[in-house]
Amino acid sequence: MAAALEILTADPTAGADPGDIDAYIAGGGYGAVRKALKSMSQAELIEEINASGIKGRGGAGFSTGMKWNLCADRYPRYLCANADESEPGSFKDRLLLETKPHQIVEGMIITCYALGINLGYIYIRGEFFQIIDQMEAALEDARKHGFLGADILDTGFDLELYVHPGAGAYICGEETGLIESLEGNRPYPRLKPPYFPAAIGLWGQPTIVNNVETMAQIATIVDMGAEAYKEIGSEEDTTGPRLFGLCGHVKNPGIYEYDSGVTLRELIYDAAGGIRDDNRLKGVIPGGISAPILTPEEIDTPMGFGALGKLGSMGGTGGIIVMDETTSMVDALLNASSFAAHESCGQCTPCREGVPWMNDILRRIQNGKGREEDLDLLLDICKQIHGHTVCVFGQAPGVWPVRTILVKYWPEFRACIERKELVVLPVDESYLRPDQYEHIPPLPGNFRLKAEEADAAG
Amino acid sequence: MTAPLEFTDAARERAVEILSRYPAEYKKSAVVPLLHLAQEEWGYISPEAMACVAGLIDCSPVKVAEIATFYPMFNKEPVGENVLAVCHTLPCALTGCAGIFDHLSERLGIGLGETTEDGRFTLRKSECLAACDRGPVLLVNRRLHTHLTPDKVDEIIDGLEEG
Repeated sequence: MAAALEILTADPTAGADPGDIDAYIAGGGYGAVRKALKSMSQAELIEEINASGIKGRGGAGFSTGMKWNLCADRYPRYLCANADESEPGSFKDRLLLETKPHQIVEGMIITCYALGINLGYIYIRGEFFQIIDQMEAALEDARKHGFLGADILDTGFDLELYVHPGAGAYICGEETGLIESLEGNRPYPRLKPPYFPAAIGLWGQPTIVNNVETMAQIATIVDMGAEAYKEIGSEEDTTGPRLFGLCGHVKNPGIYEYDSGVTLRELIYDAAGGIRDDNRLKGVIPGGISAPILTPEEIDTPMGFGALGKLGSMGGTGGIIVMDETTSMVDALLNASSFAAHESCGQCTPCREGVPWMNDILRRIQNGKGREEDLDLLLDICKQIHGHTVCVFGQAPGVWPVRTILVKYWPEFRACIERKELVVLPVDESYLRPDQYEHIPPLPGNFRLKAEEADAAG
Repeated sequence: MTAPLEFTDAARERAVEILSRYPAEYKKSAVVPLLHLAQEEWGYISPEAMACVAGLIDCSPVKVAEIATFYPMFNKEPVGENVLAVCHTLPCALTGCAGIFDHLSERLGIGLGETTEDGRFTLRKSECLAACDRGPVLLVNRRLHTHLTPDKVDEIIDGLEEG
């Protein structure tokens, strides 16, 4: 068993109120800001983040250093810290926002200093009322202590940071949707290219949009130094500590901190204590609802971005949804699909029409009214949405769950149609092995089932 | 033309503070926070409330309507004194949120999206509230309640009825 880490989950205020800035400072807090602003140049800081090998923690696993390097050479630039955590199964950002508001602020200050940014926002989803209040207070306290405002720590660096609340729309977590929302428009995502935020972002200026966990990790990197940081994990899977959130049918749901070499089996059976009632595992979604599902035979995989990618899934947000033998995969997929149908922003026709259409079909299968042609129809709709929309929403929560849960648990869906009722098959009969779904037509795109990978190769 | 509502002095002060967070030439950015403020003031976003917000950010009321109607958190009509939103997304579904919703519905005598006759409670479902390890969860106005059981739900409602 890999060793549990206590870096992001350490208690920086030693039992005091997490918002208490004096307790935070007494425990070494704002040391990273002092170190960065007082002893490092902007170029050194950017090099430090590059050298750390960190991949962003928002879900796509994109290199943070590369994102920073892509920032166009124009000013003003802006920062948006993304705290719109809404991916079903993901709750790590909530933990950090609740327990480490000041570490997030530290990361934001360091990022702004490194990139020459004087104005930034933390976009927090509207339902996080208590978190918004706490973050507003944290920013106010940071201002009073001279970490925000004019001439911070006598370095001549000026910075203002503000909270910007969302209002219940998942699409605002998509970086260009977030920017549209922050500009006061409907949050319809923008076409990339040309609207990469680092080139043309908030109010037309270069903008860095980073997840709040990434912000907290930036402070950690500066604190411990890139050399020590990159000893944790690996370049391919991402360096540094990761927060894995286990939920669903595990005995001890919660956030567990490991490097990305930990396996899914270790997280489920050791960290989270195994399946409730010692039931059998039926399926597990390894990184938020968009991440393609894994069957019980696939859980010996390490949890790195690279390792999960090779399995045809993705690391995503590290939110792990565990389902036991009592779960109906038709119910589970219908639930995922209802979420996507509700949250499609409506900008692109394939997603606006296709995602709710798939939801209707799944509902009739659940009701025992599924038609013979329905499973092929679902796959066909997936194909028509995939790659035909402005943003990745149509495919991420829209297509991938349908495509992968349906293909892997094909026998259970077939059984519901044939018997005209909701059927929960025994685990071993409920899913196909990779060599059994080779007949399913492949999809274009990065995330493939194993069989599609083989298909593409040869 | 709909006559705009007027903020109280205290709310107006907060509106000025909210506007100060954005560059003067990009006032429109304040539309969502100002709509939250309007909803705190009046409980829902009426056309008159939209006109009030529009006046503060120098745009047409229809522009504000376009935003207010997009976001699920903005009420388009009056709601009960207490808004209850049961998370019904997958992790909460796996931990039994359907039973929690049914219990609330039975106890309050209302269905999805409805408000009790006395105007005390509105019952809703919510998408994932990012507290998946603490399910089932329920958002009561501004406060999150976790690890729900029917008994715990009864306690919450009792508390609200007394208060």
